[in-house]
Amino acid sequence: MISYLGRRLIQSVLILLGVSLITFALLYLLPADPVRQIAGRSATPATVESIRRQLGLDQPFLVQYGRYLLSLLQGDLGRSYIQRSEVSQLIVARLPPTLLLMAGAIVFELVIGLTMGLIAAVRRGTRTDQSLMVVSFVGVSAPQFVVGLLLLYAFAVKLGWFPIGGYGTFSHLVLPSLTVAVMSSGWYARMMRSSMIDVLRQDYIRTARAKGLGRTAVLLRHALPNAILPIIAMIGIDIGILMGGIVVVESVFGWPGIGQLVWQAIQRVDIPIIMGVTLVSALAIVLGNLLADIIAPLIDPRIKLR
Amino acid sequence: MTNAITPDIQPVASRPRKGAFGKLLRRPLALVGLALIAIVVLGAALAPYLTNFRPDEQIFDGLTLSGEPLPPNGTFWLGTDLLGRDLLTRILYGARTSLFIGIVANGIALVIGTLIGVIAGYYRGWIGSVLMRFTDLMMAFPALLLAICLAAVFQPSLWIVALVIALVNWVQTARVMYTQTSSLAEREFIDAERTIGAGSARILFLHILPHLVPTIIVWGTLGISTTVLLEATLSYLGIGVQPPTPSWGNIIFENQTYFQAAPWLVFFPGAAILALALAFNFVGDALRDILDPTQRGRS
Repeated sequence: MISYLGRRLIQSVLILLGVSLITFALLYLLPADPVRQIAGRSATPATVESIRRQLGLDQPFLVQYGRYLLSLLQGDLGRSYIQRSEVSQLIVARLPPTLLLMAGAIVFELVIGLTMGLIAAVRRGTRTDQSLMVVSFVGVSAPQFVVGLLLLYAFAVKLGWFPIGGYGTFSHLVLPSLTVAVMSSGWYARMMRSSMIDVLRQDYIRTARAKGLGRTAVLLRHALPNAILPIIAMIGIDIGILMGGIVVVESVFGWPGIGQLVWQAIQRVDIPIIMGVTLVSALAIVLGNLLADIIAPLIDPRIKLR
Repeated sequence: MTNAITPDIQPVASRPRKGAFGKLLRRPLALVGLALIAIVVLGAALAPYLTNFRPDEQIFDGLTLSGEPLPPNGTFWLGTDLLGRDLLTRILYGARTSLFIGIVANGIALVIGTLIGVIAGYYRGWIGSVLMRFTDLMMAFPALLLAICLAAVFQPSLWIVALVIALVNWVQTARVMYTQTSSLAEREFIDAERTIGAGSARILFLHILPHLVPTIIVWGTLGISTTVLLEATLSYLGIGVQPPTPSWGNIIFENQTYFQAAPWLVFFPGAAILALALAFNFVGDALRDILDPTQRGRS
């Protein structure tokens, strides 16, 4: 276990290094010049050159990347080119809304997805099952920005149940996190269905029924806990998908998280922020996968670590 | 309720053998998917004959006197957009964009993914581990963020958008191909081939690739759905297909400021994106059931 963990940790660090290198190289190749953005249109060539030198952007690629890594090791993500503050501070300030959004989304997708999957498995082969699976497909195929805009239109503009956008109270959270959740709840429904069907085939379910236990009790006490096990590990992997959705959903709802932060940074060529947010998201994805791999054998001893 | 407890046996084996396409036609969802795809393809191909307007034509009476877009009516079946252009026409021409990106981007992604997966799975050793570590690395990238960065690096044109999407989307295919190839490479018939002196190229192309064709078809179909969604999202953010070229995503991008007053401008293109993505998912899922028996009843 310890050596496995050690190996996985080293792997994760290498992956993060790779992500940082690729992102840095991409941003280095950017045709838009960040210095021009900072200096403004009326700046003289001399000013532009001096800003470039100050930021170290006149150095060769490897020197720039090396410097970035060195300060990264000291926990320094650099300063924003346009907003006069530390990238790490900006990210820390914007992280809580995003984490809240993701937590809300996970709750929604588990509740919706698992319920749908459970009902579909129990009613396997019936109309209910078929329609639930069609619904799960619709969820998987629906573009998030359209879902977001339609939810806004229906529940905020027409019905007025929720605010149109913004951040602060619980009712602000409902529509954005529901939007993020729609896509993944389709996957959860399908996974839950097949996992539940597998469990219902097991001998111990027949035993439980044979000893006279009621159908509901068998379902809830014997089948459900076992069927959920493989799905808990999926939450870790799901973080990557959630991360992908935040840029779009935060911009639809004006949610002040890191998705908005990076989106504004991309439009203004604020490279340190883009780097910082990419690294933070990659870190979240890597940690999610790591957690999934660690949790899986703990909840199901049949899974062995390699 | 009782059938939940008893193991059910599907009469799969007793069915008469039929071609994959014949089996596809017997599944209602796959039929719906095929029909939707046919409608979109026909709409895209026949767009000039189906509408009296051009996609970038700002029609004289396409706006109200106060300059607002028109809701759906007899002349403009799906209404008009903020610039007084016919929405139906833009959606029909937008179908060309979506199909183009769906096929080209997904085609490139499929080729990259298959090449990397097959080479890594067949040669293994250091080539294999380098390729698969690289694949793992790409998995850790937030896909949309990567696509946004890439789209911002290159000035977006139709081909560039397709390429960006392909560069983000090959990863899943590579992993599936890797798993399949590495288990195929250990089978006896490959050993037998090698014993009688067949070269690597011959084994790869004549003996391994044919076995992967069903997987390629399934992932190729499911991948189009992902690609269509990604294109729509990039275009919605304004960094995908650039106006005036219509794309379902950029129609919404151009009109979203007005969507509370004119919801049809989001609703119709949104429904088109959903329908196309859903159609390829229906067909792809049915194909997976038909072509890949190990996956039957799962996922």
